Amino acid sequence: MQSQATYNYKVVRQFAVMTVIWGIVGMLVGVIIAAQLVWPELNVHEFLSYGRLRPLHTNAVIFAFGGCALFATSYYCVQRTSHAPLFAPGLAAFTFWGWQVVIVLAALSLPLGFTQAKEYAELEWPIDILITLVWVSYAVVFFGTIVKRTVSHIYVANWFFGGFILTVAVLHLVNSAAIPVFAAGVLTPKSYSAYAGVQDAMIQWWYGHNAVGFFLTAGFLGMMYYFVPKQAGRPVYSYRLSVVHFWALIFTYMWAGPHHLHYTALPDWTQSVGMVFSLILLAPSWGGMINGIMTLSGAWHKLRDDPILKFMITSLSFYGMSTFEGPMMSIKTVNALSHYTDWTVGHVHSGALGWVAMISIGSIYYLLPRLFGKPEMHSKKLIEVHFWVATIGVVLYIASMWIAGVMQGLMWRATNVDGTLTYSFVESVKATYPFWTIRLLGGLLFLSGMVIMAYNMFLTMAGGKAVDAPVLAPAAAH
Amino acid sequence: MDINDLRSLFTVLAFIAFIGIVWWAYSDRRKATYDEAAMLPLDDDSPFVPSGPQVTKNQERKSS
Repeated sequence: MQSQATYNYKVVRQFAVMTVIWGIVGMLVGVIIAAQLVWPELNVHEFLSYGRLRPLHTNAVIFAFGGCALFATSYYCVQRTSHAPLFAPGLAAFTFWGWQVVIVLAALSLPLGFTQAKEYAELEWPIDILITLVWVSYAVVFFGTIVKRTVSHIYVANWFFGGFILTVAVLHLVNSAAIPVFAAGVLTPKSYSAYAGVQDAMIQWWYGHNAVGFFLTAGFLGMMYYFVPKQAGRPVYSYRLSVVHFWALIFTYMWAGPHHLHYTALPDWTQSVGMVFSLILLAPSWGGMINGIMTLSGAWHKLRDDPILKFMITSLSFYGMSTFEGPMMSIKTVNALSHYTDWTVGHVHSGALGWVAMISIGSIYYLLPRLFGKPEMHSKKLIEVHFWVATIGVVLYIASMWIAGVMQGLMWRATNVDGTLTYSFVESVKATYPFWTIRLLGGLLFLSGMVIMAYNMFLTMAGGKAVDAPVLAPAAAH
Repeated sequence: MDINDLRSLFTVLAFIAFIGIVWWAYSDRRKATYDEAAMLPLDDDSPFVPSGPQVTKNQERKSS
């Protein structure tokens, strides 16, 4: 290998910067819809109404913010741990621009009302086709780089990233299968799901739960297995545990989807299978969390003055919390109380803000100076401020949603002695207002943290120049 | 044998495969390989990044 060869950092830089930008956009939309719940008069126009902005929020934070973070970190990790630059750089550039076009099309089509009405898979069929093209290119670049590697071992983080890429491809293809109708013309896409009734519901939540399991978990665990050891300067606590962690996750996650359909037309036994597998999932989830946190064992003092490490370790704590909460909520009797309430919303955000966003933020803070030829971020102090603002934001968010959710569940099931309902639905809405206000405050804090990050990022980029690190020679020892 | 027997059989086989993986991952033979693999991310730092707080002796290049 030539000594002048460098890693392809360009696409990593592009995705890393867009992670922060889309993070702000997606979370801003979240703050707007949180405000709309408190002040319904903010639904000023049909394009900006709650029902259309809500899927825009979920798509933007999951696929734009989370997606860009996954592209950036996986491309960085796979090159460096394979000792080889990215395979097919042209295709890698296509994944960047293609993904940005998908995001822009989502931001246009969802407010206009084009939707397949499947949660987290709302985008209409022409956009689905573009997603497929980008995703297949992503797989070619990623697995091509692994094939090109000059070290014999495939590092565990790449197994997680690979599992995520492969599974998301399958999920997207199966769940988005639809029959397009052209009656209204090409510019107004419309389609009907290829499935019907309870099968459609089961496929949707097989997709939905595995989007959580593979997009929002496996990919970010890949991040954990690379960036936590890097930032801590120590190898992962137990490599063999990481191997078992990977396979345990792969073997069990697929079956947990039915817990989204408790007490519906789905057969009872299917619901029970979903519940049991959700409970089993506690084991790999906590195994992984312990593996990540214990990487710091013997070096806990580093947490005191390294805000990036604080982000990472706090994210793992939230991961542990929400992966304990999830299995509990999948128990049918608990679900009877929690389902359809704001408890679910709180649970999702404990995972999404606490785990997914915080591990991404930590990893991007690690990446930015290295991508722009700086020894460190412009201001360490601002990372510290970001950390505390974000943490307080998450805590306010999930605590208010817990209280609101349990209260709603109890109010909805309360009956009088004669069997009639004690409360009307609107009474539970009225009682929730104070908690929605606290949630709005929590969301605002988290969003301000992202704005601080963007400021810090631009000052780090200013005066820096884009650098590509040289490719390391194949290590003979491996 | 109907399709459901095959489904049950697959579940059992998957379970056995998983136990096999655990046994394999924890066998002594894998230890040296894994110890080395765990160092992969740490061995790869290039001199491009000026020595910051994260650079340890683990990140130096192996001489061989």
